[in-house]
Amino acid sequence: MHTDTPLPMFDTDELVINMGPQHPSTHGVLRLVLKLDGERVIDCDPVIGYLHRGIEKLSENRDYTQIILLTDRMDYVAAATNNLGYVQTIEKLYSLEVPRRARYIRTVLSELQRVASHLLWLGTHAADLGALTVLLFGLRERELVLDLFEEYCGARLTYNTMRIGGQPVDVPPGWDRKVLAFCDVQESKLPEYEQLLTGNRIFMERTKDIGVITAADAIGVGLCGPPLRASGVYRDVRKDEPYAAYDEMEFDVPLGVRGDTYDRYLVRLEEFRQSLRIIRQAVQGIPEGPIMGKAPRLIKPPAGETYHAIEAPKGELGYFVVSDGKSVSPYRFRVRPPSLCNLQALPQLVRGHLVADVVALIGTIDIVLGEVDR
Amino acid sequence: MSEGPKPAPENPDTPGSPKPEAASPGPQMKAAAPKPPSKAAAPGTPKPEAKAAPPPLPPDQAPPADLAVPAFVAAVQSGVAGAVEQVSYWVGDWTVIVAAGRFAEVCTFLRDTPGCQFDYLSDLTAVDWPARAGKRFDLVASLYSTRLRQRVRVKARLAEDEAVSSVTGIWPAANWLEREVYDMFGVRFTGHPDLRRLLMPSDWQGHPQRKDYPLEGPGELLMESPQDWLKARQAAAEADVK
Repeated sequence: MHTDTPLPMFDTDELVINMGPQHPSTHGVLRLVLKLDGERVIDCDPVIGYLHRGIEKLSENRDYTQIILLTDRMDYVAAATNNLGYVQTIEKLYSLEVPRRARYIRTVLSELQRVASHLLWLGTHAADLGALTVLLFGLRERELVLDLFEEYCGARLTYNTMRIGGQPVDVPPGWDRKVLAFCDVQESKLPEYEQLLTGNRIFMERTKDIGVITAADAIGVGLCGPPLRASGVYRDVRKDEPYAAYDEMEFDVPLGVRGDTYDRYLVRLEEFRQSLRIIRQAVQGIPEGPIMGKAPRLIKPPAGETYHAIEAPKGELGYFVVSDGKSVSPYRFRVRPPSLCNLQALPQLVRGHLVADVVALIGTIDIVLGEVDR
Repeated sequence: MSEGPKPAPENPDTPGSPKPEAASPGPQMKAAAPKPPSKAAAPGTPKPEAKAAPPPLPPDQAPPADLAVPAFVAAVQSGVAGAVEQVSYWVGDWTVIVAAGRFAEVCTFLRDTPGCQFDYLSDLTAVDWPARAGKRFDLVASLYSTRLRQRVRVKARLAEDEAVSSVTGIWPAANWLEREVYDMFGVRFTGHPDLRRLLMPSDWQGHPQRKDYPLEGPGELLMESPQDWLKARQAAAEADVK
């Protein structure tokens, strides 16, 4: 980009630099090839695949039950929702009825998971922008969620906590009271985050009008989850295609107006409140009854294919499974990872912004590389 | 899990469980279809050969006769004349199977027609059916309409070396998804702005999601050059026989 500047000492060549794969703000192994004009980003090419483990190929050679624990390893900070999406897909393929009690427990777990995932996002996003306190606050509350999960299923990160047809274990006695107590704690902590960030001038300068994307562009490029809603698109799988017990829950879907990084922050912050609202309703309303449906011991769905999506913390998590009806493993197992589809929008978001904003924009789309690469 | 040689307990469950939308005739019909060849093969041939089941073919069930075809499927059938080869239905999902050459045309129609308005590309992937004569791959696009809140799948059958026109111009979201299909299956898209591998290294040989791609543990040679490794493996197997 040579201009007829009278000062030849200024070198105005474009500079291509690698950001990552080992960069603290990429939260994993993501490489961004940035084309820069001075401090400004002209183009960005994300290079992914460093964490590719071939989970789709692996799953086509495991039986249906073994795949549940592979799904844990995709979005490893939201393992419960990964499990949920997968088991529901197989249940749909089987046309299996899941008992109401199990559906309520699943709702509680997946909303707790959303809170935990958003807490980690909030902390790391704020830390990338220089607000380290919020990271410590976020991890402090996330620990409480992990304790609840540990009490329910024994694991803290990769839960493997759902089965095709229902839940493997019932809720421990007294667990519901602890969940309600956590909701109160979390509710009381939200103003603390807001106090630190929402009106913080540095945070606002770093996020307002950064990475603006219109509703039409967001739909076209396949954004999903909170980033899509922050652009003002009313799209939430929990409302549009209800699963588990979401059709019996009362909650609102927060929408943004401008579609910038600040709106995406506000949307996720409001999602905390809505999640807590769902958790309270679900945990108080857990009905009596069995936790396991009439699932066969050997899972071998009839021949057929289906696509099933759920609202994971990161967005629309879809599974496309083809069963040939003869084998105990799926013929084709495809994951539609929300992080991948959101990351695809990153070049569009960063173009024209400063290098420092790239960090904010990686944070705002909330990716987990384990899920991007699978 | 795998105790005893009896998958019998699953059978009583299967007919009872499918409840919604008359799905039950589907599995029985489908299950009945592949049986005759295996039964015919079993008595005539010795056991080891009978063990090798015929490679699976795509299910693609026809919709039950008493189920009304939704408006958007009817619209495609009448709007894009002659493009729709088959309509399939399974557990609530509608799939429109179209001619590969008109895949992009059908997608444009589905996005732009009132009553369809499938403006959101949820997923684009492929399925490998090596046993199917002539048409090896299924290209599957899962569409969603954010306005009308409905879903449909569009499927095209492709031969192994057949290129299909890209849908990146219709939904920019298809960019990486098509790159992944190219990477994993080797399906080529004409008109794609940037058709490179997405997940595998750029110098990788072979397409891992194909059914004939080797599954064994990665030795040094496999990592460096899978094709050479395959040849070495076949040579070793032949030497073994001799």
